[in-house]
Amino acid sequence: MSNVTIENLDIQFSGVHVISQLNLDVHSGEFLVLLGPSGCGKSTLLHSIAGLIDVHDGRVDIGGTDVTWADPKDRGIGMVFQSYALYPTMTVEKNLSFGPRIAGVAKAEIRRRVERAAAMLQLTELLQRKPAQLSGGQRQRVAIGRALVREAGVFLFDEPLSNLDAKLRGELRRELKQLHKQLGATMIYVTHDQVEAMTLASRIAVMKDGKIQQIDTPASVYGRPVNMFVAGFLGAPSMNFIEGQLELADGGMHFISPTLRVDVSAYPFISPPENKLPTVLGVRPEHITLSPHGTQLAGSAVVSLVEPMGANQVVWLDAQGVSLAVDADALFTPTLDRKIGFSIAPAHVSLFGLQSQQRL
Amino acid sequence: MSAIVERTSPPVAAPMPRKAARRQSHFTPARLGLYALLVSAAVFFLLPLYVMLITSLKPMEEIRLGRLFALPMNATFEPWVQAWSTACTGLECRGIQVGFWNSVWIVVPSTIASIFFGALNGYALSFWRVRWAGWLFGVLMFGAFVPYQVMIYPLVRTLATVNLFGTLGGIVFIHTIFGMPVMTLLFRNYYAGVPIELFKAARIDGGGFWRIFFQLMLPMSLPIIAVAVIMQMTNIWNDFLLGLVFAGRDNLPMTVQLNNVINTTTGERLYNVNMAATMLTSMLPLAVYLISGRWFLRGITAGAVKG
Repeated sequence: MSNVTIENLDIQFSGVHVISQLNLDVHSGEFLVLLGPSGCGKSTLLHSIAGLIDVHDGRVDIGGTDVTWADPKDRGIGMVFQSYALYPTMTVEKNLSFGPRIAGVAKAEIRRRVERAAAMLQLTELLQRKPAQLSGGQRQRVAIGRALVREAGVFLFDEPLSNLDAKLRGELRRELKQLHKQLGATMIYVTHDQVEAMTLASRIAVMKDGKIQQIDTPASVYGRPVNMFVAGFLGAPSMNFIEGQLELADGGMHFISPTLRVDVSAYPFISPPENKLPTVLGVRPEHITLSPHGTQLAGSAVVSLVEPMGANQVVWLDAQGVSLAVDADALFTPTLDRKIGFSIAPAHVSLFGLQSQQRL
Repeated sequence: MSAIVERTSPPVAAPMPRKAARRQSHFTPARLGLYALLVSAAVFFLLPLYVMLITSLKPMEEIRLGRLFALPMNATFEPWVQAWSTACTGLECRGIQVGFWNSVWIVVPSTIASIFFGALNGYALSFWRVRWAGWLFGVLMFGAFVPYQVMIYPLVRTLATVNLFGTLGGIVFIHTIFGMPVMTLLFRNYYAGVPIELFKAARIDGGGFWRIFFQLMLPMSLPIIAVAVIMQMTNIWNDFLLGLVFAGRDNLPMTVQLNNVINTTTGERLYNVNMAATMLTSMLPLAVYLISGRWFLRGITAGAVKG
C-alpha cells in the first residue's frame, strides 16, 4: 500500500503538450479511476506513473519516494494492460513468475505468491497452459495475477476490461472490486467506460485535454458536476441541457426559458448570481417526471421517441426544438406525438453559466 | 505455428453448400486453360533440369551422339562419383567435396551471426527509443541498394589491415555485414507486429535489454527465424563473388570450385561430370526450398503485411 503524489507534471510528445501542470494526490488504499474520452491524456498519465513514458517536467512520488526518473521495475507497481500483454511462449505459471524470477526472489517464495494469486483468480487449473489456450477472460485474469505476484504497493490498470464482451466485463468488474476489498492496495484505473468508473471508484478523476476537470467521489461527480463537460460525460442518456436565464422574482430565484420555468431559490450557488444571467440548466433524465394530468408543471413537450430498456424506458421529448430525455417507469405508456406535461425536481438540477460552462 | 494453423483453418470450416458448388467446377473451360498454362510453365522450367539430370547419368560416348533429350541407354553414376571426389579444380583433383565442406563452414556461422545481429537490430529499432533510430535505419536500408561490387576494393583493403583477408573469419564477417540490411528489415517488420504493451509489461516485470531479447522476443521469433535461415542459407550458399574474393585459397566455397571444375581447359570437356557437379552444388538450396518453400512464403508475407 502506497500513496502516489504527482506535482506539476508536464509531458510533451514532439513539442506538443499532452499534459501540463498536472497535480494529483492518490491516497493510500484508494481506488482512483481516471475517466475521460479517448485522447484526453489519461493513459499517458498512467504510463508516466509506471515510468514507461519520460516526463518533461514535474515530479512523481510513489510511497513517499521520488521515482520521477526511476526504472519501471523499481517503482513498486504492478500493471495490467488492455491487450493482456501475456508472454506468448511461456506457460501461465512462467508468466506469473517472470517478474519475481528476474528480481531474484527465492523459489519457495515465488511458488507461494504464484499459488496465492492463482487461487485468488481461479487460475490454479490453468497454470501449465499457454496463453493461446485461454479464453479472453482467463487471459485478463492471468494479466491481473501477474501484477498481483509483484506484491506491489500500487496497481495500475490501463482499460483492462475493454477487450472483453459485456457479460465477462461485468463479471471481472465485480472480481476487481472484490480484489481491491481483499488487498486494500492502491489502485489507479484508466477507463472511458463510465459504468466501470461509477461502480469501482472510491474517487473519479474526470479528464479532458490533459487536465483533470473534477476529482471527487462517484456520487459527487455524478450529482454535482463542476462543469458542463463532466455533466455531459457521465450518465447515459446524458444530462439534459436547457438554455435560459436566471430571474429574480417574488423574492425567489427562477430559471426561465421559453419551454420551462423552475424555482431555484434553494439552489446552493457558489457565489450569488446576477439577475438576467444567461444560464444552462442541467437535469438528469431520472429527475424529470412525466405527469399527464399532474399539477405544478415545469413545462410541456411532445413525445417524440420511446426506447424501452426492460426495467425502465427512455422517453424522448421535443420541447420546442430542445430534446429532452426522461427516464420513465416501464409501466407508463406515453402516446407518441402527443403533448405531455413534465416536472423537474429542483433539488437535483445543476446550473451552469452559458459563457463559462462552469457550475454556478 | 499456431498463427499459421489459425490462418488456414477458415477455408476448411467453410459451409457445405460452397464445397459442393466447388466440386462441379473442376473441368470448366477456364479451369482447363489454367491447367494448360500451369503445365506448360512447369515443363518450360523443368526442361533444363531434365537435360542436366539425364546428361549427368550418361557416359561420354552417349553424349557425343548429341541426342540431348534422349534417356540414357547405359545409365551410370560414375560422373557423380567423379564430380564429388576426383574431378580437377585447378591443380588439385579431389572433386568438389572440398568446396562442399568449405561452403558448410562458411554458411553455418554466417547464417547464425547475420540472423543474430539482424534480430538484435530489429529488436532495438522497434522497441527501444534509440536516438537517431530512423536515420540509422535509413542508412542501413541505403546499404541494401548499393551494388556490393562497389564496396569490394575498400573492404579488401580494410580486411587486409586487420589481417582478416583470405580467412574463414573474414568471409563470415563479410556475409554478416551484407546480410544485415535485409535481416534487420525482416526482424524490424516482424517486431512491429508485436504489441508494444508486451514490451512494456516486460519492462515493468524488470526485464532489461538483453533479458527481454533472449527470454521474450527471440522465443517469439521462431517463424521469422525460420524464414531468415532459409534466406541466408540459400543466399550465402549461392554466393560466388564474395567467396572468390574474400575466402582465401583454403576456404573457397563450392560455387567457386564448381566454376573451376567446369572451366578446366585441358583435354575433353566432361559434360556429364560438369552436370553432376552443378547438381551437387545446387542440391542444398534446392532441398531447402522443396522442404520449406511453403513456410518461406508464409513467413515473408507475415513479416511484410503485418508490419
